[in-house]
Amino acid sequence: MSAVAPSAAELPPPVLAAPSAARRPALRRFMRHRLAMFGLVAIIVLVVACALGPYLSPYGPLTIDLRHRFQPPFEGRHWLGSDQLGRDLLVRLLLAGRISLTVGFAAMGLSTAVGVVIGLVAGFYGGWVGTALMRFVDAVLSFPAIFLLLTLAALVSPGVLTITLIVALTAWMEVARVVEGQVRSLRERDFAIAAEAIGVSDAHLMLRELLPNIMAPIVVAATLNVARAILLESYASYLGYGIQPPTPSWGNMLNNAQEYLTSAPWLAIFPGAVITLAVTGFNFLGDGLRDALDPRLDVHR
Amino acid sequence: MNSPLLQVTDLAKHYPVAGGRTLRAVNGVSFTLRAGEVLGVVGESGSGKTTLGRVVLRLTPPSAGEIVFRGQDVTHLSRRALRKVRRHMQLVFQDPYASLNPRMSVEQILAIPLQVHEPSLGRADRRSRIEEMLRTVGLFAEAADRYPHEFSGGQRQRIGIARALICRPELLVADEPVSALDVSVQAQVVNLLLDLRERLGLSILFIAHDIAVVGMISDRIAVMYLGRVVEIADTLSLFNRPRHPYTEALFSAVPDLGGRRDRILLQGDVPSPVSPPSGCPFRTRCRYAEPDCAVEVPSLVERSPGHLAACHRPELVLASPLSDVAPLPRLR
Amino acid sequence: MTDVLMVEDLAVRFRGESGVVDAVEGVSFRLREGETLAIVGESSSGKSVTALALMRLLGGPPNCVVRGRATFMRQDGEALALLSLPETRMASVRGRDVGMIFQEPMTSLNPVHRIGAQIVEGLLAHERLSPRAAEKRAVALLDHVGIPEPALRARAFPHQLSGGMRQRAMIAMALACRPRVLIADEPTTALDVTIQAQILELIRALQHETGMSVIFITHNLGVVAEVADRVLVMYAGQVVEDAPVDVLLHRPQMPYSAGLIGSVPRLDDVRRRGGRLAAIPGNVPDPNTRPAGCTFHPRCAHARPDPCETARPALEYVSDGHTVRCARWREITV
Repeated sequence: MSAVAPSAAELPPPVLAAPSAARRPALRRFMRHRLAMFGLVAIIVLVVACALGPYLSPYGPLTIDLRHRFQPPFEGRHWLGSDQLGRDLLVRLLLAGRISLTVGFAAMGLSTAVGVVIGLVAGFYGGWVGTALMRFVDAVLSFPAIFLLLTLAALVSPGVLTITLIVALTAWMEVARVVEGQVRSLRERDFAIAAEAIGVSDAHLMLRELLPNIMAPIVVAATLNVARAILLESYASYLGYGIQPPTPSWGNMLNNAQEYLTSAPWLAIFPGAVITLAVTGFNFLGDGLRDALDPRLDVHR
Repeated sequence: MNSPLLQVTDLAKHYPVAGGRTLRAVNGVSFTLRAGEVLGVVGESGSGKTTLGRVVLRLTPPSAGEIVFRGQDVTHLSRRALRKVRRHMQLVFQDPYASLNPRMSVEQILAIPLQVHEPSLGRADRRSRIEEMLRTVGLFAEAADRYPHEFSGGQRQRIGIARALICRPELLVADEPVSALDVSVQAQVVNLLLDLRERLGLSILFIAHDIAVVGMISDRIAVMYLGRVVEIADTLSLFNRPRHPYTEALFSAVPDLGGRRDRILLQGDVPSPVSPPSGCPFRTRCRYAEPDCAVEVPSLVERSPGHLAACHRPELVLASPLSDVAPLPRLR
Repeated sequence: MTDVLMVEDLAVRFRGESGVVDAVEGVSFRLREGETLAIVGESSSGKSVTALALMRLLGGPPNCVVRGRATFMRQDGEALALLSLPETRMASVRGRDVGMIFQEPMTSLNPVHRIGAQIVEGLLAHERLSPRAAEKRAVALLDHVGIPEPALRARAFPHQLSGGMRQRAMIAMALACRPRVLIADEPTTALDVTIQAQILELIRALQHETGMSVIFITHNLGVVAEVADRVLVMYAGQVVEDAPVDVLLHRPQMPYSAGLIGSVPRLDDVRRRGGRLAAIPGNVPDPNTRPAGCTFHPRCAHARPDPCETARPALEYVSDGHTVRCARWREITV
């Protein structure tokens, strides 16, 4: 038997494929997901309209025009009508959208960050640290979110910053749970053990090996969290604990509309419709991402 | 030869399981590994051989016993202190698909050990070390720019070996490195490990369930059953004169190109390590078992120089695979 | 002896994103009654695809096109053209006339159903039996394949069994209706060597008892030596050598077959310490970019630019029952 040591020359180069090839099916699956595409378009339209709309309108959001109070929509000078002080509803809606969406995105960012950190640490170290953290998560989760929200809101002076913080505080637990579960199972996988055997630092192991592998569920949870945050902010503001007038938010516009529900129903219908559009938009987007990013659907070996 | 590279004494790893019981995955294992030596560890699934490898590398803490590596007691080192030791002891996995991060290029994968253990290395030097290592394991230097999914199983296993060896460790634990590969590719990887061992003076703990593969590469072999070493000897001594019925059965199970033989078929599976049989753990599947075998656990006894076995029936003369291999003309 | 299965010019072409792949080209063989035919080759040689194509388990056009003829002779003498049979008839062939077992039993056993129930389901689908009688048969079958405490294991879920026991359960399921042919696709590759020996012994004993034919697909010629009567060596989608097992192991004509034989680690290899296994260098070519000429030439020590790199060799007659696809088989000794 001759010594046949394989040498470089004997190994044909493997087929070249673009590194991104493995992820392309996810994008294609996403593009085919009609509801997700609807959600994405709705969100883009909302964001662009809220960002630019108020500049294009001749009316200011606080401009009071008592001669044109309670103008119904689709007739006259105000497209979506005007409120009890003659303020343009469309401009107020878009401006409120800035606040509501900002709160939504900021709360999502904050809650996701907190959830990821707590989930990572709990899942990675396990033991009593992990148990203590996750029991804390369970404890917070066992409070109804709206109850927690109102309790906290009652204790501080409401504002955009405080309401963002409060909403974030009621929404990070789900992310922490998802991340903890994923990290705990990924830690046992060969690639994580391989990294540990090399002697990399804990931070490297968590951030460079584990985190990239759980981005998909994090993105999904974060997207759904935006919807949740918008909804929570609306609740709080509607109940008067959130964003305070005259700064408009979708929630406090609904609050304001209550009195005129029979005489000027459009004051309630439009903010309500926009909240529904934003929330379902983010929910559809999240569902679509979940389906598209599910690695079990990938057929590559 | 001077002091051993690795000395393991009475090592144990227990896991608590439901019902307040204990799973004794590794149960009092002792061995030494000299510098430049290959020690094979062979046994079926459930024998504890994979756990043994992980505990020796301190990837999971031992329940009892002592691990001395390069003269240093590493049994109770902290995670932080272990990191410095890890550069000298590395691991190759069974599954070449699961052990490489699919999101990193081969260069990124091989760069990590260098970044951790040789942070002073410049970018260009790092790249040249990576390319050199890839050539050493029989791959093109250009493989550095590709991703794991572009390679075949055998090539991925070479990448795994390159990652383990790039910081020039002294000890390599190879956990079933060829059992997920086609036989033809198995042979390539076994040959590669033999080459690397000669060239780099590596010490290898080679873990596998196929005693023929283990015999190819090992200087000494430890046979494990239910968390214990039941026989340990020089490879030739073990093959010439197996002293434990389990070893005899492992030899008999190897499919042979000579065709059908009378084989000693082991009945059933390895018993659960949660509730092992009383006395000799192997007695339930042993064709030589006698009632006395159930009384106490046999201890490892030196039966000839360097050849230890744990069997209550030392008088047995067991079949050697070297005496009855069917004659088949060697090819090439 | 009568032929049970005749396959002529079987070809399988996949159409995917990366283009057209000829997974199997021009495969022909006959399976005789009571015979074990081994199909041997490395990953992506087309050995499994051949079996799946015969069982019509590959999905249909446009993604997969199967051509050729495959005739199965039923016990009652009826000849079935497998590749053109209506799907309803084919379903009765699968499971009743031909049983299949796979490398990983977990992929074909349903994880949420009990082992016994899965066997009963197969029995009821193909035979007229009362549910009670089927249940009895299922337990008897589990007992027959060497599962201890069969009545208890019949109520177990697949994940509660060890790998070896699962494989036995799958064999019981495949053999429930006493098929004429058993197709075993790498049934022992994921198992320990000791358990592999048990399973090989079991298949042999069952074959001896029932007289069924077996198509045994594997990458390990050591296993082939243990079970096969005849061997079909496949490489890059084609049959490259077809011979009785003794002839193939002792006088292979194709350098690839010789390489596969040399790759098998043998116990007496320990005598040559520090020696090397005769590995086949390189890798199986990617199905998208197979080399011109003989597909094996880049890995072949006997290759010459002419003719190996220019012309695709044909299967040539060596002796009765022995054919080889190598242009230089007369000149070389492997």
